[in-house]
Amino acid sequence: MSPPLPRALRPKPRRPGDNGNGRNGPNGSTVAPPKPTVKDHALEGTASAVGWLDERTGLSPFLRGFLFRKVPKGTNWFYTLGSATLFAFLSQAVTGVFLAMYYEPDATRAYESASRITNEVFLGEFVRGMHKWGSSVMIILIFLHMARVFFFGAYKYPRELNWVIGVVLLVLTLLMGLTGYLLPFDQRSFWATVVAVNINASGPLVGPYLADFLRAGAEFGPTTIPRFYALHMLLVPGLIIALIGAHLYLVAKLGTTAPPWLKAEKKDLLTEEI
Amino acid sequence: MTRRTLMTGTALAAGGIATMAFALPGLGFALGPIFEDTTPTVWQDVGPQDDFNEDTYVPRVINITPEIGDAGKTTIYVRAFNRRRDRVIEGQDPQPYVAISTRCAHLGCPVRYIQASQKFVCPCHGGVYGFEGEVEGGPPVRPLDRFYTRVELGRVEIGDRFSLNSDLERFAPRDPSNHLDGLWQYLYPARPTT
Repeated sequence: MSPPLPRALRPKPRRPGDNGNGRNGPNGSTVAPPKPTVKDHALEGTASAVGWLDERTGLSPFLRGFLFRKVPKGTNWFYTLGSATLFAFLSQAVTGVFLAMYYEPDATRAYESASRITNEVFLGEFVRGMHKWGSSVMIILIFLHMARVFFFGAYKYPRELNWVIGVVLLVLTLLMGLTGYLLPFDQRSFWATVVAVNINASGPLVGPYLADFLRAGAEFGPTTIPRFYALHMLLVPGLIIALIGAHLYLVAKLGTTAPPWLKAEKKDLLTEEI
Repeated sequence: MTRRTLMTGTALAAGGIATMAFALPGLGFALGPIFEDTTPTVWQDVGPQDDFNEDTYVPRVINITPEIGDAGKTTIYVRAFNRRRDRVIEGQDPQPYVAISTRCAHLGCPVRYIQASQKFVCPCHGGVYGFEGEVEGGPPVRPLDRFYTRVELGRVEIGDRFSLNSDLERFAPRDPSNHLDGLWQYLYPARPTT
């Protein structure tokens, strides 16, 4: 059973005297139905388009369950941190796609193309700035979201799996930060990446091979930047999108938790329809 | 076996084979660089023998990776072998010139030689190395790497890099942060890429 539509979205019954069914004129007389206005046509058209889609996809119960689900009493602004992280990711994805149109992942061209984005391309400074600062915003938000879930005890049964998925998303987000840091290819990026790769190399047995994988060889070489670039814009974001899907599915499926300071007096008191 | 399990198994196997058919070559393609030697031996000329002496290091720039511009270059410090101060390790021929890599053995930052104190100092995390590149302080786990050297027609040439343990015994080149003393050397194996 999907939840009912909120009151504002329910179709209103017609009131006597104000409609066009032709039998409610003054003194019971019959009046001609008024001509449909442009607004009526627009509403009609939208409704039939939505109906066409819904008839063929059966999406509406799913969307209704997802958008109008019940949330516990006491739900507050802290519960928006997950959505905030999601929007930070979307912002990174959109600005990243457009940066990719101007960026050249080549050791001799990377720095030049990145500085061309900043100095010459129209709005380039702004889009690159959004991507650069947005990355920090996303990291901050994901940690705040994690802290919210931890301190509210929202990781407990039956939501452990969603915590695990969230931790994987955290690691992938950090990996985005690591791989993206090299791409401007200035001194700071280069040496930070050298140090980061050598930290990977410090793991016993597998570490040296992991470092070779990241560098595509024993030394920082011509394919190192393309490798980081491919990880940064294809592999890791793909995994993040897939896992965000699973994360949201579980949120919708299991619902959210009440804040820990609310104690249930009766069994079903914590459930409230909005 | 029922007909149903046979069909289910066949369908799953077909899907699995089809997936492996693109996943395995793709994975191999991505992992390939781990298994091939990307650092062929090239001897690089760094100047006439007269440029170098026994008591101080002279900085030189060599190419580690061609074709990537400045990112492929590195500074090395070169001096002549010093009979009084350099240890001779049994079983390995001493190099005519000592060519020290500036790659810090902690995490790979570039070290600088300070002539006044005759020490190498790393700017990142405070590693300090002595005249022979041996660790004197800070986090580095082994001495600074060196390069093979030779003299051709009166000119000094620099070859492959090699690593050393704290007794200055030679090993195949390792990444920074890889210990080489005692049992540690087995936890940080020499890789096929070097």
